[in-house]
Amino acid sequence: MNLLLLLIIIFSILVLVRLANVAQLAAKLSDESEEEEQDNDNRMNGIGLMIFLWGGLILMVYMIFRYKAYMLPVSASEHGVQIDKLMNTNWVVLFIVFVITQVLLFSFAFKYRFNKERRAFFFHDNNKLEVIWTIIPTIVLAALITTGLSEWSNITDYAKRKEGLLIQVYGKQFDWTVRYAGKDNKLGESYFRRINDTNPLGVDSLDVNSNDDLTAREMYLPVGVPIELAINSRDVIHSVYLPHFRVQMNAVPGMTTRFSFKPTITTAKMREITGNPKFDYILLCNKICGVAHYNMNMKVVVVEPADFKEWLKSQKPLFENTVVAAAPATRTVSEKPNEKKIVALK
Amino acid sequence: MEVNQHSSEAHVTETDDHAHGHAHHDDHHDHVENFWTKYLFTTDHKMISKQFLVTAIGMAFIAMFMSLIFRLQLAWPDTKFPFLEGFLGKWAKDGVLDPGFYLALVTIHGTIMVFFVLTGGLSGTFSNLLIPLQVGARDMASGVLNMLSFWFFAVSSAVMLSSLFIETGPASAGWTVYPPLSALPQAIPGSGLGMTLWLISMVLFIASALLGGINYIATVLNLRTKGMSMTRLPLTIWAFLVTAILGVLSFPVLFAASLLLVMDRSFGTSFYLSDIFIDGAPLEHVGGSPVLFQHLFWFLGHPEVYIVLLPALGLASEVISTNARKPIFGYKAMIGSILVIAFLSFIVWGHHMFITGMNPFLGSVFVFTTLLIAIPSAVKVFNYITTLWRGNLQFTPQMLFAIGLVSFFISGGLTGIILGDSALDINVHDTYFVVAHFHIVMGSSAIFGMFAGVYHWFPKMYGRMMNKKLGYIHFWMTIVSVYGVFFPMHFLGLAGVPRRYYANTAYEGFSQLININQLITVFAILGGIAQFIFAFNFFYSIWRGKRATQNPWKSNTLEWTTPVEHLHGNWPGEIPEVHRWPYDYGKPGSKEDFIPQTIPYSETPESNTPDDLKH
Repeated sequence: MNLLLLLIIIFSILVLVRLANVAQLAAKLSDESEEEEQDNDNRMNGIGLMIFLWGGLILMVYMIFRYKAYMLPVSASEHGVQIDKLMNTNWVVLFIVFVITQVLLFSFAFKYRFNKERRAFFFHDNNKLEVIWTIIPTIVLAALITTGLSEWSNITDYAKRKEGLLIQVYGKQFDWTVRYAGKDNKLGESYFRRINDTNPLGVDSLDVNSNDDLTAREMYLPVGVPIELAINSRDVIHSVYLPHFRVQMNAVPGMTTRFSFKPTITTAKMREITGNPKFDYILLCNKICGVAHYNMNMKVVVVEPADFKEWLKSQKPLFENTVVAAAPATRTVSEKPNEKKIVALK
Repeated sequence: MEVNQHSSEAHVTETDDHAHGHAHHDDHHDHVENFWTKYLFTTDHKMISKQFLVTAIGMAFIAMFMSLIFRLQLAWPDTKFPFLEGFLGKWAKDGVLDPGFYLALVTIHGTIMVFFVLTGGLSGTFSNLLIPLQVGARDMASGVLNMLSFWFFAVSSAVMLSSLFIETGPASAGWTVYPPLSALPQAIPGSGLGMTLWLISMVLFIASALLGGINYIATVLNLRTKGMSMTRLPLTIWAFLVTAILGVLSFPVLFAASLLLVMDRSFGTSFYLSDIFIDGAPLEHVGGSPVLFQHLFWFLGHPEVYIVLLPALGLASEVISTNARKPIFGYKAMIGSILVIAFLSFIVWGHHMFITGMNPFLGSVFVFTTLLIAIPSAVKVFNYITTLWRGNLQFTPQMLFAIGLVSFFISGGLTGIILGDSALDINVHDTYFVVAHFHIVMGSSAIFGMFAGVYHWFPKMYGRMMNKKLGYIHFWMTIVSVYGVFFPMHFLGLAGVPRRYYANTAYEGFSQLININQLITVFAILGGIAQFIFAFNFFYSIWRGKRATQNPWKSNTLEWTTPVEHLHGNWPGEIPEVHRWPYDYGKPGSKEDFIPQTIPYSETPESNTPDDLKH
């Protein structure tokens, strides 16, 4: 197989050598002067640029319609709808600019291809033009920036969302765990030195806040309730990516990152919308984290708040059985209180 | 100054000797300059530029092969490719690519393309070739530093390639090598010896870039010939000068980032590491921050984008003006926008980090500066388009590549507005949308600038012409495949497909996207074939191409006043004096449609304007 490949490469090089020789000989033999040859090349390439421009634009529009069905469905979170709106406004502006500039670029190239009867227009400076095309982009960009930034501050203003349901998302090579804060909506402290086989998140069992905490390998979310994710990693950087909710935030070892959002569409509803009975929301890892990066994910299920309460009841609290066993191990760590990392800073 | 005078006299006598016995010219040369001093340890900027170019072409082919291998994997994840085992051995047992080696491939592909091809290759080749020739200098300010710059580059390339042959495989944490992944061999095998070699290679590369950069700056500022004021410099030189300044200011920061990473990896410090539990045990490191590395890395990383792009834009300015037979539009606005871009490029790095846990307010500041940088970029695009307007365009291969560059710069620049907007970035960050964006705006633009440069200055480098017909085939296949590869990638990104995934087969939602991936791979293979046509044309023309005339493109700049035959010192006689700016193409009244920089106004009364007399 490799030999074959090598032969193909050698063969094609030989063919190219012959072609180049023939082309050179042909050029010598023909009476065509170099100038005429260049004229011909200018014409052919000029036409080529036109075909490329219009063919490309048509293909582009075709692909936009063709692939529309493959894109993400309607946003399943409140802020995501705003992001999508903003995205569409941006696309309209960018598409117009794209078409105008590309059409001008290629059409000028075609129209002003070389003609020895003609001379280029000696036009090398015009301050008015420079000012115009400095100011117009500035105004357009200012509009885009303002709308973008106001959306950004809405999304990231955590202070506005005090009563959110607190969920810890904990990444490690190569899986995710979620920890629910339980009835008190307070997560117990966790610290990496406390991690062991029975306590994979290193949660402090002596912390009263941790008593009703519970972990799960699937993320259940109640629809219409503000969610606050507190994101941690135990080894390398991961990234919590919930494409259907337009949510993404890195999981960084040594610090807690946060993202607040409100799911608006249940899994069942989204199955109707997409017409796909097998549809499921998913949480992907979106920061290269090691060999199995591509398989690091977690199923996300959005349900009605009542169903969520049912589900929560069926989960076991973290330290129901292990409080006594974990206690001695944690005491040694607690002797150095300043090393503690507090996850729930509420 | 006196030293300089002296050395130029020495060159004159040397060339006089040559003139005496022209028939013995080559023999004579061999005696004075043996193979080692002529081709390897040379201090002649023209030869060093060729060394950079040939090394970069070799590196580019290696990196391109890597991309084709992982493109095969992405398009046909369930198919076995037995021939891969022949290339990769244990990394592709039975023709199935190893997921770890997949990451190594994307990492080394990115590293080679960004640093070795588009930084070392592009600046190394054209700054070296054109700075002395276009400013009118006998050579670089320091020939020895210049030689060292190439040899650091060569050794650095060798070290990077050597990491492909070690047992644990090359660095595989992505070209941005974010710790802790890159710091901990427990996290990924490539972070063992492979990462050490990566860091050594980068340190050598930084040394090369700094030696080169200092030299470029010194040469442009100090060795300009008589009459070559800063506002008579060709835009190529402005671009190279500003690029060199960017490099000198930003590469040391990458050095610092790498050094701290070395300390964390080997000497137990905790600059980037904290609270890590891996391989069943907690690590001792406490107090560091992985985000610190990202700040340091992107403080280089973003200016790096312009280190790659500005020289390409500079080359395009020269090529477009020459082939449009028309002055570049807005010469001063072009210089101004280069300077503004350069300044802004230092304060936009945070747009790579909107969702890394950086304070959201800081993110807003970076949104603002990032979108500001779009303004001078837009000015450049409009100036290029206006240069074409009512020009008289010769579609040489280099002109087509330069037009392609502008097209990519528009397409990629526009998607950059989406990514620079932090709210919109949330959902496309680290997806294929980003991959599409930077491959078009940085990768393809810069490589098209480089191709334009090679086709345009090949006669200057090798004294022969490249085959034009093959150049056209190369151009058309390449531009079609670039858009064919990277345009559909935007859709993958908008569908939420993360980058650096070995396969998407586990995800039901992505399964229908496989045909987009196959389309991309088919175009990638087409593009790969096109590059063989280029390589063949390049090497064939070095020895067998048609002999070049002194000024084949009827160009104004100084390099075309040197003889076709290379000589150390560039001009056989005195260095010519410069009397005008480099863009007097198609000037009304002039006999020909170009007036070289060396022609004084006194010889062109028919075309002088009142403005000219002010000079």
